[in-house]
Amino acid sequence: MESLYNFTSYELREKLFKKKVSSEEVVKSIYERIEEKEEKIKAFLYLCKKEEVLEKARRVDKKIALGEEVGKLAGIPVGIKDNMCVKGIPATGGSKILKNFIPPYNATVIEKLLQEDVIIMGKLNCDEFAMGSSNENSACYPVRNPWDLNRVPGGSSGGSAASVAASEVILSLGSDTGGSIRLPASFCGIVGIKPTYGRVSRYGLIAFASSLDQIGPLSKDVRDGALMLEVISGYDRRDSTSVNMEVPPYLSLLEEDVKGLKVGIPEELTGDGIDEDIRKRLSEAVVLFEKLGVICETVSLPTLSYALPVYYIISSSEASSNLARFDGVRYGYRDFTGEDIFSMYKKTRGKGFGPEVKRRIMLGTYALSAGYYDACYLKAQKVRTLLKRDFERVFKDFDALLSPVAPTTAFLIGEKIKDPLKMYLTDICTIPVNLAGLPSISVPAGLIKGLPVGLQITGRIFEESTILRLAYSFEQNSGYHTVSVKYSRQKPEESNY
Amino acid sequence: MLTLSEVEYVASLACLELTEEEKKIFSQQLGEILDFFRQLDILDTEGIEPAFHSIPLKNVFRNDIKGNSIEHEKALSNAPQREGEYFKIPKIIGGGE
Repeated sequence: MESLYNFTSYELREKLFKKKVSSEEVVKSIYERIEEKEEKIKAFLYLCKKEEVLEKARRVDKKIALGEEVGKLAGIPVGIKDNMCVKGIPATGGSKILKNFIPPYNATVIEKLLQEDVIIMGKLNCDEFAMGSSNENSACYPVRNPWDLNRVPGGSSGGSAASVAASEVILSLGSDTGGSIRLPASFCGIVGIKPTYGRVSRYGLIAFASSLDQIGPLSKDVRDGALMLEVISGYDRRDSTSVNMEVPPYLSLLEEDVKGLKVGIPEELTGDGIDEDIRKRLSEAVVLFEKLGVICETVSLPTLSYALPVYYIISSSEASSNLARFDGVRYGYRDFTGEDIFSMYKKTRGKGFGPEVKRRIMLGTYALSAGYYDACYLKAQKVRTLLKRDFERVFKDFDALLSPVAPTTAFLIGEKIKDPLKMYLTDICTIPVNLAGLPSISVPAGLIKGLPVGLQITGRIFEESTILRLAYSFEQNSGYHTVSVKYSRQKPEESNY
Repeated sequence: MLTLSEVEYVASLACLELTEEEKKIFSQQLGEILDFFRQLDILDTEGIEPAFHSIPLKNVFRNDIKGNSIEHEKALSNAPQREGEYFKIPKIIGGGE
């Protein structure tokens, strides 16, 4: 019999509701898989105690057995990126400065998942405070790419992507400020969704850049992503930027025909900076979409070329302000060697933050400081307006945009970590989307030299259902989503490490 | 390049104690990154409004009704140091610069 960890949540849901399997069996299978894989992959920062989790699974099984109503994700093992608060279990955000922090409350997304009876397996590794593109900035240990252990899984939601790709969980939550869901989804061969800004509550997410951060699902296929997105979306009065708007039934809209939709391919994201193999894969995707009756045309958004500096100015500025709360007073790490409060602050922050976080705090503080505010920060916000206008213009004629997710497939651990600017360039295709608040998905587009690659589909604000539909028809007609399932079915000795 | 004293100034604004080694690395790295940012200078943004938000947002108001907040003990449960019902911190008066 097929191991239970190989299935999607949608498939498991059917089996659970029909009482063909129990949640207890699913959870046991997941723990076996973690036992087998985790030592090499390092996707978890905190794994919940097996007996306690099994007890929760049995409670779901009992509800199902008694014919009681259960949630949309009842009994499904899920992992949570460590920058979200789950009551009673540690949340470090991948940082030393939050080493002993145990949240006394749940993030809204966690409340929503628990309402649907999910089984939380633990907290997943990430770049410190979600700053990074490779997961090498985790204060604990880097995550390794399940496809090649010498390579990065992408960041910052590296643990969220690697755990789903290696079937250590069925679904996971990540967060995306400049590509942190889509990039690791692409590098690990799975689906990652960055919802429209305001679609999902940020309450209980450790803030990085508040005008850009958004929580979203990572999954083995588009259907699973749509299911989880449906669960976590919606207005929350505890996040004043969350939008009070009805959440469409994403799952039931998936199969609608894509014929007649118009898709633009931004020429700024298909230039020389993108690997030839990836550009080729994009052209093949265009051919497939055209066969399905989608109209594909090249478009130009000239300001896309300036998105990277705009992003790093704005996100670092917001981070420098958000991270001021880590001062050693109310929670987390404190250095006790200082004699007065100011030296306590400085020593705590100097020792508690890692190099990349300090670099961004420094950049942001510089950009916001007197004399540079207008030339640096305000200038970036103005260019952001130009970028938004560029998107608004093309979205008058096009329903979605198609592009690569990243210029390359997964790179080697250590390859870029010494050169911050080189690392930042990894995010060139994903960043513009966050600056404009748009919904976007990374969907598998096969393998290049044995490594997965994703395709990015971006839509108008609050039109997640359109990009889900396009991604679903691409997946169903290309069959690429089965690639990661195939990977997880390999015996360890057969796999490529 | 940022000068060492510029790095020290920004670090003090940010309340970060940096080692001598970090200051050296940052003066070079931050300089390179800031140079990279300067490509924005060629864009004409005269008369353009800054976009502080990606989507249209309005101020959110609510009625001033007393609600439940986190219990005292829970709020203090993560404190590095406490005394009674308070967070304990090093002395403020006489310190600083």
